[in-house]
Amino acid sequence: MSDNVSIVIVSHSADVAKGAADMVRQMVGEEVRVACAGGTADGGLGTDVAAIMAAIEEVWTEKGVAVLVDLGGAETNSEMAIEMLGEDKGAHVAILNAPVVEGAVMAATEASGGSSLDEVRQTAEDFGA
Amino acid sequence: MSTETEAPAEAAGDTALIAALIAAAHDTITTHRDELSELDRAIGDGDHGHNMARGFDAVAAAADEITALPFGKALAKAGTTLVMKVGGASGPLYGSALMAAGKVRDEAPTTLAEVVELLDAAVDAVKKRGKSDVGAKTMLDVLVPVADALRAGPAEPLGTARESAAAALEATRDMVATKGRAAFLGERSAGHLDPGARSSTLLIDAVSAVLEKS
Repeated sequence: MSDNVSIVIVSHSADVAKGAADMVRQMVGEEVRVACAGGTADGGLGTDVAAIMAAIEEVWTEKGVAVLVDLGGAETNSEMAIEMLGEDKGAHVAILNAPVVEGAVMAATEASGGSSLDEVRQTAEDFGA
Repeated sequence: MSTETEAPAEAAGDTALIAALIAAAHDTITTHRDELSELDRAIGDGDHGHNMARGFDAVAAAADEITALPFGKALAKAGTTLVMKVGGASGPLYGSALMAAGKVRDEAPTTLAEVVELLDAAVDAVKKRGKSDVGAKTMLDVLVPVADALRAGPAEPLGTARESAAAALEATRDMVATKGRAAFLGERSAGHLDPGARSSTLLIDAVSAVLEKS
């Protein structure tokens, strides 16, 4: 497994999160690890802090984890999850201000070349602008 | 830990208070679950009551563990439980509020000034977490006026808390949301009570009722 920056996709919908993660895997390949968290623990629409933490842990690397979120609550809950991971780990995780699907594909493409978390963020955010 | 060397009288007092607060909060959120979701359906995603009930169900289920803690740590533990279980942004918002209030001190507040201190810590945490402030049609539009009313040192703090919460809640009806899902609706969000302001009012009423009896 590579030590490239990883991607986490957070959506209110489990289907959206999984679908976006599948797209990234298919378009970028296995060079970048991708995890997703979508929906609430009981299968409803929403975002779940525990699930977001688990997704970040699943693909965590010191190189960094880029998190893509859909709507407001996903961002709030992702910020909370990053804080709860603790400062040491959280410092290597960034929420990107980019559209969830396109941003994830752009971020993963940049990450697959071994770029830093800052470079990955820049590429995804420039694309969204 | 030795139970004989602890201060059992005071600890027992807080245990009963924490248990009563958990039961009252759980009860009011469960009772008003559908009403909260209905308010949220008008201007949000319709799950506020359901999400809050799931969170407070988890807090109630952990009541034995929470009531065994000092007051501040009990607040923080209830907060983390809400964060992990609610499944909507209201989890981190209410959770951060309780976690911040719990950090102020270990003991339960005994004066009005100490209660205001807890509320201020909670309000700051909600502002930071939600990147919001008063006037955006959120729970802050209830929490801030209540903290301000209590800060003035009223003769009847519990009545003041309830009245200022009720008035502040009603004032959210005409506001145009600039935060959360309701912000997408813009002007169309006016004419509806804010669900987060309503759940805050319910919790303030529940806490006031417990303190009235204690």
